[in-house]
Amino acid sequence: MTRTLTLLAAVLLAATQAAHAHSPWLLPSSTVLASPQFVTVDAGASTKPFIADHRAMPIDQLAIVAPDGSKVQPANLTKGELRSTFDVKLEQKGTYRMEVLRSGVRANWKVDGQPKRWMGTAEAFAKEVPADAADLQVSESASRLETFVTVGAPSALKPSGKGLELVPVTHPNDLVEGENATFQFLVDGKPAEGVEIELIRGQTRYRNQLDEQKLTTGKDGKITVKWAQAGMYWLGAELKDNKVTVKAAKERNLSYTATLEVLPQ
Amino acid sequence: MRKSIALLPGLIGTAFGGHAIAADMNVKLEIPRLTVAEYHRPYVAAWIERADQSIATNLALWYDVNKKGAEPGTKWLQDLRQWWRKGGRDLQVPLDGVSGATRPVGEHALSIGDKLAKLPAGEYAVAVEAAREGGGREVVRVPFSWPPKKADTAKAQGQHELGTVSVELKP
Repeated sequence: MTRTLTLLAAVLLAATQAAHAHSPWLLPSSTVLASPQFVTVDAGASTKPFIADHRAMPIDQLAIVAPDGSKVQPANLTKGELRSTFDVKLEQKGTYRMEVLRSGVRANWKVDGQPKRWMGTAEAFAKEVPADAADLQVSESASRLETFVTVGAPSALKPSGKGLELVPVTHPNDLVEGENATFQFLVDGKPAEGVEIELIRGQTRYRNQLDEQKLTTGKDGKITVKWAQAGMYWLGAELKDNKVTVKAAKERNLSYTATLEVLPQ
Repeated sequence: MRKSIALLPGLIGTAFGGHAIAADMNVKLEIPRLTVAEYHRPYVAAWIERADQSIATNLALWYDVNKKGAEPGTKWLQDLRQWWRKGGRDLQVPLDGVSGATRPVGEHALSIGDKLAKLPAGEYAVAVEAAREGGGREVVRVPFSWPPKKADTAKAQGQHELGTVSVELKP
């Protein structure tokens, strides 16, 4: 019996780890536009970016920030089986940021030798997880998922100063095949050294290798990417540190994901 | 009793007198170790392919046979693209003596059994296709003539998702 349960726990753990493989993505219909109009955006989570074959991404945390800093409400928000979708009416000139910010606490502990798992908000953590739980292991997480769409000329994007984020040196709506682009990564507003960045060009179904690019940020938190091919790119970055806000937590897991469109020359 | 059973295949071989039954093949394939952040065992299909690239017989199909629920193991079988198009899509899986669980990194011998007993003489290839979650896809082929005229080992080397595929032939 004990053995069965242990096995079950192992299976559950494996399932959890496998679930991490399903990366979230936003897929805008256009990113560079001359005049005010609608764009439509898909949001999903799957093994390979932009391929809606796993599940829709919950987008209740979605925020759309207009060039003047005001918030725009999405239109026709729908959660499908395999992807969520929404439309955005772009009325101003400049760059719109569409972002999904999520943060939470994960806890693992044991009751009578049996593993327990919990995930939720920092507030709920204090109420729902016993502080004196046996073998209590707590970690915090904060993630930012975003993409950008520009009407007219690109406008400046301000960092939030919180968590892991990308700061354009090259504007994310000014990316062209054959050119270099430089991005800076910040953690809580400061340059983040040694962050591993993964870049995957979409349309993976039509080639046999993933052809992912891996880059690591330098001392100044910067990476330079040479775009060998035009396409919609998924950029993912992860970082662990110990700057926690929940006392019981030992570790903070930060992640940043962006969708960047690279146009041909 | 036991002795007579052991003798039986020999008797049949003699009775029919052809190479087809006496000739034998061993196929080994290698699943390479890959340094990736998140490794999942590949789905693998292996088959004997005729000169026109159609499937003569399936040798192996390794996938998450026991995975059920909303996303069962069969959900990704089409990622073995060539196998799927050449005949996988017409089959009911699991296939007896062919389907099995995914295998770990290392060299694996395929169980051929009597799968080649009725294979007409001709030019064939052993085809092995591998597709990995979060990874790539690759097909490796090793051509051979059947029945073999002499003992021989043919090999082909995968570059991404497969290591060496070797086919040992015995007349």
